[in-house]
Amino acid sequence: MEDWIISNIVTALLLAGFVGAAAAVRSSRIWTDAAASLWRRRPIALLVVSFYVAVAILDSILWVGGVDAGEDVVSAHEAKSVIDRLFLDARERSYSAPLADVEFYGAKPLAHPGSHPMGTDIIGRDVVYMALKGIRVALLIGGLTSLIAIPLSLLFGISAGYFGGRVDDFVFFIMSTLASMPGLLLLIALIMAMGRSTLSICIALAVTSWVGFCRLVRGETLKLREQDYVHAARVLGVSEFQIVMRHILPNLTHLVIITFVLTFSGLVLSEAVLAWLGVGVDGSWGQMIDQARSELSRDPVVWWNITAAGLALFGLLLAVNMVGDAIRDILDPRTLRESS
Amino acid sequence: MVAYVIRRLAYGVLVVFGVLFFLFVLFFWVATPDDIARRALGEKAPPAAIEQWKINHGYDRELWPWQSFEDNMLFAHYRSMLTLDFGRSDADDVPIIEKIAKGAGPSLALTVPLFLLGLVASVMLSLIVAVFRETYVDRMGVVLCVLGMSVSILLYIVGAQFLIAKLLRWFPISGFDPSPDVVARFLALPLLVGLVSSIGSNVRFYRTVFLEEVHRDFVRTARAKGCGEARIMVRHVLRNAMIPILTQIVIAIPFLFTGSLVLESFFGIPGLGALMVEAIQGNDFATLRAMVFVGSVLFVVAQVITDVSYSLADPRVRLE
Amino acid sequence: MSPLLEVEGLTTSFPGPNGDIPVVDEVSFSIDQGEVLALVGESGCGKSMTALSVMRLVPKPGRIRQGRILMNGRDVRQLSIPEIRHLRGHEIAMIFQEPMTSLNPVVTVGVQVVEAIQLHESINKARARERTIELFERIGIPDAADRFDVYPHQLSGGLKQRVMIAMALSTRPKLLIADEPTTALDVTIQAQILELLRELQRESEMSILLITHDLGVVNELADRVAVMYAGRIVEAGTRLELLGHPSHPYTQGLLRSNPALAQPGKPLPEIPGVVPPAEEWPEGCRFANRCARVLEICESEVPESLALTATQSTCCHAVARERQNA
Repeated sequence: MEDWIISNIVTALLLAGFVGAAAAVRSSRIWTDAAASLWRRRPIALLVVSFYVAVAILDSILWVGGVDAGEDVVSAHEAKSVIDRLFLDARERSYSAPLADVEFYGAKPLAHPGSHPMGTDIIGRDVVYMALKGIRVALLIGGLTSLIAIPLSLLFGISAGYFGGRVDDFVFFIMSTLASMPGLLLLIALIMAMGRSTLSICIALAVTSWVGFCRLVRGETLKLREQDYVHAARVLGVSEFQIVMRHILPNLTHLVIITFVLTFSGLVLSEAVLAWLGVGVDGSWGQMIDQARSELSRDPVVWWNITAAGLALFGLLLAVNMVGDAIRDILDPRTLRESS
Repeated sequence: MVAYVIRRLAYGVLVVFGVLFFLFVLFFWVATPDDIARRALGEKAPPAAIEQWKINHGYDRELWPWQSFEDNMLFAHYRSMLTLDFGRSDADDVPIIEKIAKGAGPSLALTVPLFLLGLVASVMLSLIVAVFRETYVDRMGVVLCVLGMSVSILLYIVGAQFLIAKLLRWFPISGFDPSPDVVARFLALPLLVGLVSSIGSNVRFYRTVFLEEVHRDFVRTARAKGCGEARIMVRHVLRNAMIPILTQIVIAIPFLFTGSLVLESFFGIPGLGALMVEAIQGNDFATLRAMVFVGSVLFVVAQVITDVSYSLADPRVRLE
Repeated sequence: MSPLLEVEGLTTSFPGPNGDIPVVDEVSFSIDQGEVLALVGESGCGKSMTALSVMRLVPKPGRIRQGRILMNGRDVRQLSIPEIRHLRGHEIAMIFQEPMTSLNPVVTVGVQVVEAIQLHESINKARARERTIELFERIGIPDAADRFDVYPHQLSGGLKQRVMIAMALSTRPKLLIADEPTTALDVTIQAQILELLRELQRESEMSILLITHDLGVVNELADRVAVMYAGRIVEAGTRLELLGHPSHPYTQGLLRSNPALAQPGKPLPEIPGVVPPAEEWPEGCRFANRCARVLEICESEVPESLALTATQSTCCHAVARERQNA
C-alpha cells in the first residue's frame, strides 16, 4: 500500500482515538474536572500544543493530484499534504533573508518578493514551511516511541509487580542490564545496528526509555496488589487477567498520562542530538539545526534557518513541559518522585 | 556490610554478562559481520574482500556455541571483553585500549569540574528557591527552570559559540591544549554551556525533593525549637534529602569517564565522547562495543556504591 | 500577679471555598505561672491550631487574623523574627502528638537535644552533652549515655516521646505546650508519660497548655479546663468545677458519654448528630443543631461568655436564661 494511504488511515485512526478519549473524559466526573482544571491553569500552553497537533494532522492528510504539472512533472504525481499545498508556489532559487525582495547572495530579484517571513534556505524553500513540516516529525517521534515504550513498560512492570517471584527477578534483571548501558551510547548502537529508518529510530528510543517507567509501574502495581478490593476479587474467583485489566490497569492511567507528557520533550530533544550526529529522522528540526550550523560561520551570517527551527522546537517543548507540569499537579498532588 | 557488597557485586557481574550478551546479539546478530564489513569497505566491495576483512578482524567464525563449541564468536566475544582485549578499531586499526587511554584525560578534564560545579550550583539554587517557596522568587525560579529545560543543548552550544566566541571573542570557539596555562581557556565555554543546559532540570528536581522534606513533622519540631529557616534548610532538610541527591551523584559518575559526546565534538575536545562520535561516523562497531561495555561496568560499580552510600546517609536503611 | 500567658480574641483562619474560615474563632484564655490548663475538644475543633498560633507556627495558607497573645506582657504577634526565634524553644516549648515523625530520622536523638540547648545558650558541646544525658536520666530513659547516640527509629514510641519531652525541657521554658502528648502511645505508656509530666511540672513550676480530647488525661494533669467546640471556647473553669458540675450542654454530653461511667444493660448515652463541617457553620451557637436545650435565640445569636462563679464561665443562652429566671 502506498505510504500516503497508510498515513491517511493512521491519521483517521488517531482522530477517532481523540474522539473516543474525549467521550471517555466526558463520561467520568473525575476526568472532566481534571480537564477543566487543566484548561483553567494553562490555557495558553494548551492552545499552543493544540496548534502544533493541528498542523501535524494537516500535514498527515495526503492526496495526489490537484497540482499544476507545470515545471515539475515528478512532484505533480507525489502525494501532498494540506500544509504542502499551502506552500506549493513558494519556491525561490536560493537563500533570501526574511521578508526580503532579493536573493541573499547576488541580489537577484525573488519570484515572490516580501512573502517569506523567515526567509528561504539553501535551495530556496520557505523556512516557515520547513519549520512547520518539522512539527509532524517531532510529534511522530514522541508519539510512536511512546506507543512502543509505554505498552512495553506496562507489560513488564505489571507482570513483575503482580506476579512477583521469578517473573519479578527476570524483569528486574532485564531492567538492570538495560539501565547499565549509557543511554546515548546504547541509542546510537541500536540505530547503527537496526538501520536509520524512522521506525528503527523510534524503536531505539523506546528501548532506551522504557526502563524508568517500568520501575514506576512495578512499584505502583506492588502497592495496588495489596488493596482489599484485589484480595476480594481473587477470593471471588475472578481470573488474574481480569483483575489486572479491571483493577490494576485503570489505576495506572494517571501515571501513563503524566509519564507520556513529561517524557515527550526528552524524546524530541534526544532526536535532535541524533540528527546532529547524522542519524536523525528526515525533516526534523534537529536536522535543520545541524544543516544550519555551518551557515552561522558565513559572513554575512545566515541566521534565519536555525532561528526558525530553534523557536519551533522551543515553543513545542515549553508548551508541553508546562502542560505536563500542570497535569502532574492535577492528577497526583504528591509530585511523583523517581524511584531509585 | 561486606557480605552485602560482595553479593551486590556478584549480581553486578551477572548484569555485566547480560550486557555482553545483549551487545553480542546487537552487533553480531542484528547487524551481521557481513553488514559490518560492507559498511567498512563500502556497499560495492567484492565478496572476496569482505571475506578477507572478516578474517582479519576475527569475524569469520560461527556465531553460536551450538554451531561450533570450540571456536564460536560468542565465547570469543566474552573472552576478549572480559580480559579487556578490545582488539583494534574497525575503522583505523589502532588498538582500542590505546584510544581509550588517550581519551580519558581530556574527558575527565571537562566532566569533573562540570559535575562538581553543577552539583554545588544546583543544590545551592534549589535550597534558596525552597527557602522562598511560594513567593515570587520560587515562581520565577521554576519558570526559569522550565524555560531552560525547553531549549536543546544544541542551541545553547550554537548560541554560546556564536555570541561569546565569535562576537565577543572572550574564548576560543573550539580546540584543546592540555598545557596547564591555557587549558582553562579551552574548557571555559564547554563548561559554561554544560552548566547552563543542565541546571534547569537539576534545580527543578532538587527543589521537588527539598519541598517534600520541608513539609515534614520534624521540620515543624525544629522550628518550634527556635531554628531559623536557613539552619532548617541545611541541617534538617538537606540531610534528609541525601538519598535522592546521592542517587544523582553516583549515577553521574560513569558519565565522568565516558565524557559528553555533544560537548566534546562541538568544542573539539579529544576525549572519549569525541572518540565515540568518530566511531559512529566511521561505522566502527568494535570501538562502540568496547565503549558501551566500559560504560556498563562503571555503571554497575556505581550502583553498588550508591546502595552502600544509602546506608551511610540514612540510618534507617538496612542492607539485607 | 499577672498571668504568664494571656490570649485575647485570637482568630486564626484558613481560606475556604467561600471565603476565610476562622478555625480558631475569638478564643480567649489565660494561664498563670505554674498552672496547667487543659484545652479539650473533639478532633477538628481548633485546639491544635490554637496552640500553633500561640507560637506563630500556623502553617500556610492559614493566618492569624486578630487577637493578642501576651507572653509575660509582650505581644507575640508584634515580635520580630529574631525575637520569636528566641521565644520558641526557650520561653515556650512544644511537644507534638506523633513522636514517630516529629524527630529528624537521620540525626541521633542526643544531637537533636543538644541543638535545642545550643540554639539558646552559649555552651560548648561537651557541657551540652552532659546536660542532655542528665536530662535523659531524669526523664527516665534507661542507659542514658548509650541512648544519646541512638537514632529515633531505634526507640519505642514511649522513649521517643520522652526524648521529645527532654528536648522541650532542656532550655527550662516557662510554658510547655503539649499537643495530645499521649494519644499515639499505648495505654500503659500513657500513664507513665502523664506521671512524668506531672512530676516535672511540680518540680519546675512550669506552666503547661495541655491539648487533649481525653477527659482521663484532663483528670490526671489539669488545674483548669477550657472546652472548645467548632473553633470557639464554650466553657471554662477549674477541673473540679468542669468535671463535677459542668454547665454547658456540650460539656455535659461529653461527660455523660464517657464509657467509664457506662451502666450495664443500658445504652451508652451519646450526643446526637455530628460536628458540622467548617463550611457549614451556622449563625449563632454552633452547637444548636445538637443541643437538647436549644432555644430560638440560639440559632441567630452567638452566646456571650457568662461568669457563673469566680472561675467558671460558659457560653450558653439556655444557662443564661435559667440564671435570669432564678
